[in-house]
Amino acid sequence: MAETEVTLNRPLKKRKKKMATEDVIFYIFNTIFLLLFALVTLYPILNTLAYSFNEGNDAVRGGIHFLPRKFATKNYETVFAKESIWIALRITILRTILGTLTSLFANALLSYILSRKKFLFKSSLSLFWIITMYASGGLIPTMVLFRYLHLTSSFWVYVIPGMVSAFNVMVMRTYMGGIPESLEESAMLEGAGYMTVFAKIISPLCKPVYATIALFVAVYHWNAWFDAMLYNRMDPQYTTLQYELMKLLDNVSTATSGQVSAQQAAQTGGASVTVTPMTVRAAATIATMAPIIALYPFLQRYFVTGLTIGGVKE
Amino acid sequence: MDNSTSKSDKNMEDLTEKSGKKVDYFALKEQQESKFNSKGSAVSEAEAEAMKKAKKIKDKPKFTVKEFKRQWVLIVIGVVYVIYGIIFNYLPLIGWIMAFQNFKFAKGIFKSQFVGLKKFQFLFSDNNFLMVIRNTFAMGVLNLVFSTVVAIAFAILLNEVRNKYFKKSIQTISYMPHFLSWIIVVAIVHDAVSNTGIINEILLKLHIVDSPYNFLAEPNWFWPLVTLSHLWKETGWNAIIYLAAITSIDPCLYESAAIDGAGRFQKMRYVTLPSLRPTIIILLIMNMGNVLNAGFELQYLLGNDVVRSVSRTIDIYVLDWALDGRNMDYSLGTAAGIFKTVVSLTLIVMANYVAKKKGDERLF
Repeated sequence: MAETEVTLNRPLKKRKKKMATEDVIFYIFNTIFLLLFALVTLYPILNTLAYSFNEGNDAVRGGIHFLPRKFATKNYETVFAKESIWIALRITILRTILGTLTSLFANALLSYILSRKKFLFKSSLSLFWIITMYASGGLIPTMVLFRYLHLTSSFWVYVIPGMVSAFNVMVMRTYMGGIPESLEESAMLEGAGYMTVFAKIISPLCKPVYATIALFVAVYHWNAWFDAMLYNRMDPQYTTLQYELMKLLDNVSTATSGQVSAQQAAQTGGASVTVTPMTVRAAATIATMAPIIALYPFLQRYFVTGLTIGGVKE
Repeated sequence: MDNSTSKSDKNMEDLTEKSGKKVDYFALKEQQESKFNSKGSAVSEAEAEAMKKAKKIKDKPKFTVKEFKRQWVLIVIGVVYVIYGIIFNYLPLIGWIMAFQNFKFAKGIFKSQFVGLKKFQFLFSDNNFLMVIRNTFAMGVLNLVFSTVVAIAFAILLNEVRNKYFKKSIQTISYMPHFLSWIIVVAIVHDAVSNTGIINEILLKLHIVDSPYNFLAEPNWFWPLVTLSHLWKETGWNAIIYLAAITSIDPCLYESAAIDGAGRFQKMRYVTLPSLRPTIIILLIMNMGNVLNAGFELQYLLGNDVVRSVSRTIDIYVLDWALDGRNMDYSLGTAAGIFKTVVSLTLIVMANYVAKKKGDERLF
């Protein structure tokens, strides 16, 4: 008690000055800490970028940080010389576009009917979908079902089963519920049906939430590999980019990375431009993440609004 | 900046609330005029209570033929979604029957031999299964604890930054990894801990080790590596929600704390953290159900034969029964999957119950 009184009795100016120095120290440390955080986040990506543009044998020596030591584009040439990469690219783009469009439509329409206040089966249908969020059949029953439905060994396994996501529906429904009912009522007085209201009135007002959901679904499709491995392992015509990258990763780790490539380096003498599994993988990694990284700065605000719209996180 | 936006939001909310009440009030009048035409005195009821009642009456759908005809479009669409849901979300649940059978794909789900609880008995006598349960729980809990703590710390520190642009840039960078696939993350981790990677380079320079240390071949390092990879990928993303919660804390609380003589760290301890409590609890409940889900892609991709005993999780165990050509046993895999789902559901319900008991926020 006595101490606080003393501090309070000190001249105002002096007290302020002392606070300020404390503040300065805190801010300096905080800034350094956050800069370090950003460095730790960015360094691995920049490092992979540097390796991907480095000549293979030279890269084995290590010590490359932000810039390639011996510049070469051979790694990327090797990656894109593979036919499987082009097939994977085509499938991935196709599933991203088709999957995003169908999923957006399916989620939006379900959200629309669930957000109609007068819909007779509103609560029962909501419950029907909420249950799916918590109870899922699991990997094997799903796989067996897909085999019975002839969805395995086909492209459609990427698009059809995951079309409706209860979580996304809940997010969209909340947003649509906030749109004044009077808009719908006046349109209906003019003779519009439910589908016209959905297409002409609700959807234009839902553009922000549509954009957010579409982005999340698109990122999901771009990054998907597990369904390709599980359902289309024997069908290289339906492979996806991330699955191809995963195979590369497997190859490198089974080759116990550095040592084998060092031997290769010794054998070839390092005179011509070479590639190693490690640098090729770096190139493939960069190529796969490039679209996301390139679009990210422009789209990131939609990602964040998605969180605040729904009020909850995944 | 943030204050002004939140204020305007509040105003907006107030406005909509008011207008909503107005509509309800009119609805109420209409209702009463039609229903209690003789008892005109019903209007004199307490306003708030009446409005609530009116809202209930108004929102309650009436099951009449006329109403069915009017919204047949909605009903048809609803039926389509129910069919879709039954096929893709509920039929797999029926597939749980497989766990009690000696399932053969050729015989199908109705003709396979019924074996009762035999598969579960095998499961719980299988040391591998007990091992994967341990691994899944350990990694799930490690991830949950560390990701929550680090995300909150990061959010609080980021909130202290005064420069708007610096704050924004750091935040944008911080949640970028969330959008990269686990395969890319694993590729990056591989590079970082490889013989020539940055981690070994630093360790060698600081003379902590004499020769490059092989982290990926060391079972003791697997769990920390998994947790660190999670932190790298998700910290910024997890922090978003806490940051939003922090900016919505009433500034008056900080002012009065300052008058009481609280310093920066005391304000964090006695104002920020208690204000975050509801958010933390609701996220913890939600993530409780995911503790067992926290282990698949990363462990599957990062693991190798040397660290098998600590890297395999329930999901990987299930996958092995599904993909392993010769020893394929769908029934065992299904049984393991059922175990996981049931435990997850139990965890959610338990967490929810505890939160309810303590009078905190809850999920349902």
